[in-house]
Amino acid sequence: MSKVSMRVNGRAVSGEVEGRTLLVDFLRNDQGLTGTHVGCDTSQCGACVVHVDGAAVKACTMFAAEAEGAEVTTIEGMANADGSLGTIQQAFQDHHGLQCGFCTPGMVMSAAALLKDNPKPSEHEIRKYLEGNFCRCTGYHNIVKAILAASGQEMPAVAAE
Amino acid sequence: MYAFEMERPTTVDEAVAALKDEDAQALGGGQTLIPTLKARLAMPGKLVSLTGIDAIKGISKDDAGRLCIGGGTVHRAIAEQGDFPGLAGLAARIGDPAVRNRGTIGGSVANNDPSACYPAALLATGATIVTDRREIAADDFFQGMFTTALEEGEIVTEVKLPIPEKSNYQKFAQPASRFPLVGVFVAKGADGVGVGVTGASEGGVFRWREAEEALSGNFSADALGDLAASADGLIGDMHGSAAYRAHLIKVLTGRAVSAAA
Ligand SMILES: Cc1cc2nc3c(=O)[nH]c(=O)nc-3n(C[C@H](O)[C@H](O)[C@H](O)COP(=O)(O)OP(=O)(O)OC[C@H]3O[C@@H](n4cnc5c(N)ncnc54)[C@H](O)[C@@H]3O)c2cc1C
Ligand code: FES
Ligand code: FES
Repeated sequence: MSKVSMRVNGRAVSGEVEGRTLLVDFLRNDQGLTGTHVGCDTSQCGACVVHVDGAAVKACTMFAAEAEGAEVTTIEGMANADGSLGTIQQAFQDHHGLQCGFCTPGMVMSAAALLKDNPKPSEHEIRKYLEGNFCRCTGYHNIVKAILAASGQEMPAVAAE
Repeated sequence: MYAFEMERPTTVDEAVAALKDEDAQALGGGQTLIPTLKARLAMPGKLVSLTGIDAIKGISKDDAGRLCIGGGTVHRAIAEQGDFPGLAGLAARIGDPAVRNRGTIGGSVANNDPSACYPAALLATGATIVTDRREIAADDFFQGMFTTALEEGEIVTEVKLPIPEKSNYQKFAQPASRFPLVGVFVAKGADGVGVGVTGASEGGVFRWREAEEALSGNFSADALGDLAASADGLIGDMHGSAAYRAHLIKVLTGRAVSAAA
């Protein structure tokens, strides 16, 4: 076991981890931040996406020890200071961008990473960016709409509707 | 995952020393190794993480005009550089954004997955792989599926690629894995044309020499004429037969030539 320290959602945290402890397990089991989900555990689905030093990563495919000293943001860090839903979260609710909600934390974190780089993405850019985020419920159209809305853009009818 | 120790050195020398332990293994971005560990297909006693070594990250150009990419440089940084557009296009289509934020070129070439993208570009451009102890030409480095010239504990510190006049990578993605079913990198340089093919062969990445010859005289898709890639030794599986892969090699080579910029 060795000690790891990082900032999670702006708060300094530390804990004892094994070499093999995944970042997602540290967040969920040690920190109690169960908003980050494990969908596949094989690096495919994106349910576990968090930001490490501003970059979207799959928390199931990174060791906790590798986040030493890093600034980590999870879905729990996406709400406004008063606890109300953040812009992207609210857009997912308004546009029915979720059904069971299992993929949603990863979708929101990927969307946030996209909008940071590209504040006004096209529908095509959104779909391309979400290549590594799987949703088994919605069929994606409402997720794309929600992200377009969160970026303050008009929402033309999305393709294939 | 079996238990292992983890070390995070900050210099190449420390990493090389740590890798002298018999059952130690390097950890790059972990985008291949971590899934492998989870499947218990690898059982190192110690992982030596290379992510804390700043000296092997970053992209520059050398005096010979080659693009020099540190072995620990992530796919995203390679996708964002503007000196070698063909390579940027290749990197931009590896996996998905989260994979590209962690996965490294050093890890990809060291692993030499038969469907990995970079090896096709390294062969087509005549790149050089630099390690902690020597330089290896791409032609000598890739030695068949998951096999390279690397010795135990040898670290890829840099990859040097001559920047071609024109180049393009065509990836025909296998939709479930999102790796290429077949990928072709075409590079037109001062000394001729290189064609690197990945995803297709039982022998791993290879150069399609007949096409290189035909294209060196006339760099246009027409120059491929009725040349056909041989299906001998190509992979045949549930995703595509050997004959289908052979067909794709030709089609993708033609597209890469037409799109080269
Ligand atoms: C969903 C998904 C989709 C993907 N799609 C593609 C794709 O389309 N095309 C593609 O090419 N790849 C793809 N990949 C693989 C990805 O590019 C990996 O990042 C890459 O193959 C391995 O690099 P890494 O830095 O993650 O290495 P790791 O996983 O950390 O290591 C891989 C191997 O290389 C060794 N190693 C790592 N770094 C070094 C080094 N510097 N020197 C010596 N040995 C080293 C390790 O010991 C290990 O054996 C995909 C991966 C995922 C999860
Ligand atoms: S749980 Fe991490 S990618 Fe699916
Ligand atoms: S809402 Fe159920 S998986 Fe996306």
